Amino acid sequence: MPLLAAQGLRKSFGDTRAVDGVDFAIEPQRLISLVGSNGAGKTTLVNLITGLLPPDEGRIVFDGQDVTRLPVYGRIKAGIARSFQLVNLFDALTVLDNVRLAIFSRDNKINQVMRLAERDRAAEEEARGVIGEFGLADKWSVPASGLAQGERKLLDVAVAYALRPKLILLDEPTSGVGTREKSGIMDRVEAVVRSGGLSAVIVEHDMDIVFKYSDRIVMMHEGRVLAEGTPQEIIRDARVAAMLGRRDPERGG
Amino acid sequence: MSTPAIDARATASGRVPAAASLALLAALLVVFPYVASSYQTILLSYGLVMAIAAMALNLLLGYTGLLSFGHSVYFGAAAYGAAFVVKYLHVVSMEAFLAGGVLSGLVIAAAFGFICVRYTKIFFSILTLALSQVGWSLALKLFWVTGGTDGIRVPTPVLLGGVFGTPQDKVVFLAHRYYYYVLAVFAVCAVLMWRIVQSPFGKSLQAIRDNEVRAESIGIRVRRARWFAFVLSGMFTGIAGVLWAPLNGLATPDVLYWPFSGELVVMTVMGGFHSFSGPIVGAVAFNYLKSYAVGRTEYWQLLLGVVFVVLVLVLPDGIMGAWARLHRRMRKEG
Repeated sequence: MPLLAAQGLRKSFGDTRAVDGVDFAIEPQRLISLVGSNGAGKTTLVNLITGLLPPDEGRIVFDGQDVTRLPVYGRIKAGIARSFQLVNLFDALTVLDNVRLAIFSRDNKINQVMRLAERDRAAEEEARGVIGEFGLADKWSVPASGLAQGERKLLDVAVAYALRPKLILLDEPTSGVGTREKSGIMDRVEAVVRSGGLSAVIVEHDMDIVFKYSDRIVMMHEGRVLAEGTPQEIIRDARVAAMLGRRDPERGG
Repeated sequence: MSTPAIDARATASGRVPAAASLALLAALLVVFPYVASSYQTILLSYGLVMAIAAMALNLLLGYTGLLSFGHSVYFGAAAYGAAFVVKYLHVVSMEAFLAGGVLSGLVIAAAFGFICVRYTKIFFSILTLALSQVGWSLALKLFWVTGGTDGIRVPTPVLLGGVFGTPQDKVVFLAHRYYYYVLAVFAVCAVLMWRIVQSPFGKSLQAIRDNEVRAESIGIRVRRARWFAFVLSGMFTGIAGVLWAPLNGLATPDVLYWPFSGELVVMTVMGGFHSFSGPIVGAVAFNYLKSYAVGRTEYWQLLLGVVFVVLVLVLPDGIMGAWARLHRRMRKEG
């Protein structure tokens, strides 16, 4: 039984069909890459799954529960978390507070009014643990705005991970960073995802990254799923080769 | 004290001088009636009352990123709440005033906030302003209830059931017993507010202020948190309104009118809305400045306006923001 099953998802913006009848399933403990050219509908699909956008049509079942009409916080409670294409952090807050807030929210402590946040040792220890897993241990007291781009990308994922989701959706986790740094980020993300036993959907343009880290690849084009399969199957898919044009699919180019 | 963002980085070494400064300040406030004139003490009482209202406003402005131009209505509703307790229940207990006033502020803030938090930025500000003027016009038009432009008299109240007695001389009462009452309520409000902004809820407000989309995507119910902050803010403003009523002796529609909301914003910005202590300092400073200007010239609004413009241009982070910058520079050079 898939962890997530989306059936017949559609979303239009005016005359533009951003997502046009997508069927999409995610098995437990799989790392899936969502690829496609700009405007293929990848981010819109992520927004539909996480509840940031309501679908015009279709149904999303997650972990046996119909989450199609659940608001964002409801889907987070169900176990879906995300990071953003453009790093989305609480810039004025420290690295520790960014992660700690996610823990407070997850544990329904966010409405505590009279308890000092700093006195919650359990939340602080857990936040420090998460920060350590993402290699940011020595940056805990730095405001998020003071981090380098690669560190900001990692913190963005760490905040989502701190929600202890079953499914994490990462929208271009390596965009805007250098080639060497990309592998560093993805190594950490992969380690955390695999050791945590969660599923991940990674929206990515860099095909080297996609082929190296994915269990499965879903290629989207003009709002539809063009091809889906293991990296080996995708490399051999004629439609994908046509999409990638002159680029060598083995290299991604 | 430092900015809300930097508060989280307060170190143990920084807390010792802060605690010493607070203790010194508390001692000064306690001995103030014995070293200053009655006039100065009453003036400081007004300043402390306004400081509670400015702190409350800053829960929305500084911590949640919502600029309210309508806080006069919660302040005024609470002042009228106290006046109604006298007029209709014939009770002159300060604690009854507080109960009536805070309830008025809370109920109105809950109703108005429910509408206002659906919007942000200028739309939020305009909505708060418009709704507050509903309160002002009701106070004017329902004269058989509110006394119209004459308002309702608020007599000298009995404090804590009269265990400390109530002097006949109103000035003596206001400059001693009532000053200490105001000081105690102010201290309680400041501690409560400090805990609120440092709590998980307070942190979530700062998160919403900085990045609403991200806050939502970690499961914070943004609108509900804003509404809760709005209600708390209205309730604390109500406490200030109740304390103000016996000082002024009258609850009149002026206190519901929008320029008073503007004054609260000016106090908060003047002190520095990026810090916890800024609105407190701004409220006390503004109160002295206004009293000085009113006593010196009939063009006091012009004088205040000029001072405010100069302050915003010279000290864009307010008095406490400038102080923090100066402090950092001195530490760096030292």
